Amino acid sequence: MTETDWISSALIAARPQAIGALLRYFRDLDTAEEAYQDACLRALKAWPRNGPPRDPTAWLILVGRNAAIDAVRRSSRTEPLPADELISDLEEAETPLAERLDGSQYRDDILRLLFICCHPDLPATQQIALALRIVSGLSVAQIARAFLVSEAAMEQRITRAKARIAKASVPFETPGAVERAERLSAVAAMVYLLFNEGYTAGNDEARSQLCDEAIRLARLLLRLFQMEPEIMGLTALMLLQHSRAAARFDAAGENILLEDQDRSLWDDKLIAEGVALVDKAVRHNRPGPYQVQAAIAAVHARALRPQDTDWARIDALYAALERMQPSPVVTLNRAVAVSKVRGPAAALEMIEPLSSRLSGYFYYFGARGAFLMQLGRREEARVAFARAIALAGTPSEAAHIRSHLDRMMRDSAPTAG
Amino acid sequence: MLYAILCYHDEDVVWAWSPEEDRAVMARLRAVQDKLAKAGKLGPSLRLLPTTSAMTLRKSEEPIVIDGPYAETKEQLLGLYVVDVADLDDAADAARELAAANPGGAYEIRPISVFNKDRRPGGTP
Repeated sequence: MTETDWISSALIAARPQAIGALLRYFRDLDTAEEAYQDACLRALKAWPRNGPPRDPTAWLILVGRNAAIDAVRRSSRTEPLPADELISDLEEAETPLAERLDGSQYRDDILRLLFICCHPDLPATQQIALALRIVSGLSVAQIARAFLVSEAAMEQRITRAKARIAKASVPFETPGAVERAERLSAVAAMVYLLFNEGYTAGNDEARSQLCDEAIRLARLLLRLFQMEPEIMGLTALMLLQHSRAAARFDAAGENILLEDQDRSLWDDKLIAEGVALVDKAVRHNRPGPYQVQAAIAAVHARALRPQDTDWARIDALYAALERMQPSPVVTLNRAVAVSKVRGPAAALEMIEPLSSRLSGYFYYFGARGAFLMQLGRREEARVAFARAIALAGTPSEAAHIRSHLDRMMRDSAPTAG
Repeated sequence: MLYAILCYHDEDVVWAWSPEEDRAVMARLRAVQDKLAKAGKLGPSLRLLPTTSAMTLRKSEEPIVIDGPYAETKEQLLGLYVVDVADLDDAADAARELAAANPGGAYEIRPISVFNKDRRPGGTP
């Protein structure tokens, strides 16, 4: 790694905390961001010459704060321009600042910064774009590529999001316990949205990096809130889903279903970390939707072969999830487990009441077709599969259903000779 | 002499590596490991998973298990090597080569006393 690589990693790593602290000082997102950019430029000049500071984050906060204050002075033209020597006498100033940073304030700084990005006034796509720009420090071009839109369109999206936030009132007081929990849950939802943006994207490098970024943010949150089982669950869920990345697509970029994946391609390191987090979370006896979903993913991850999957456990976990977060989609997922444990008739009975609410849902008709096919009700299965193909969102989804249909037709064709 | 080379680094910085950077660092480390292995100096080497997945048993009167690593520090213990070398200088050389492959952070060099001599890593029983 070259020196500039090291510096750029250090700048990315310091970014959430540094901008979070600068936002607390200046209470304005643009000022905080500009101050941080300014500090980074000075770091790129000073660090190769003087060596990296003992605490890069503290250095960046201090230099950024001074730079922003200088900018105000310059614009009012009451003070002379500051000398670059500003940077050289930092060592003494660094220590007390670093000590202050160890306090709990630092935790709330990062949480506030993330929370601002997922302000309820912002649509989900703007929340994610803003978090990637401000917290992760991705360039507008990188974010645009990940969202498959033009750079100009993404620039506009981010500018709009910032304008909305500037108008909204942002709380700067140290949050109470309830407020903090609410913020954390909003931030967790945003991080999971970010992950899904990458996860559902298919086999695309720029977009799958969104998954890595979401995991990085989740680990950061977990480091700040070590005792929060739902943050453990969220992190575990994403690690376990992402562990299958190399096995999820074939050479043509088509989706490979869980049961057809080459499990030797699953990432053991991510699985080990995810499973450890699930186990840690369980000890807290405060179950939540992320933990349950992570536990389901862990059951799959632990099965070396599809037939080793503990479907009864998955059924029970989905039942728990249904109680916490009743939703027809959860019931549909549970029905798949039920079909393995109690057979397709029980599964079909379970999803029958969902037909009106899921009448436009691809997976409903895919699952319904599969259950009917297993029951030998071919004509009804054909109708369900045809509906699924009509509702498919991607060519690979449609192709998958078509392969079911083809197999059914083949199996039902009279054998020659 | 057996030494442990304990790898400390700022986890936030390591997580900020791009996949390409991570691969490049690992490839360079592997070259150093191969060289040590060929010289018969390399015992087990381990990369520890993130400290966020760690738990700590505090041995108070009533031992309690808490979430997180033992020490909340700027840099975290992220992995370790066991090397079988002639002396401290030799161990320091190995650490120096590893450091050139993976800048940032620090390596702590600690002599090892083996409980179970017949399972001495890298050496003959």
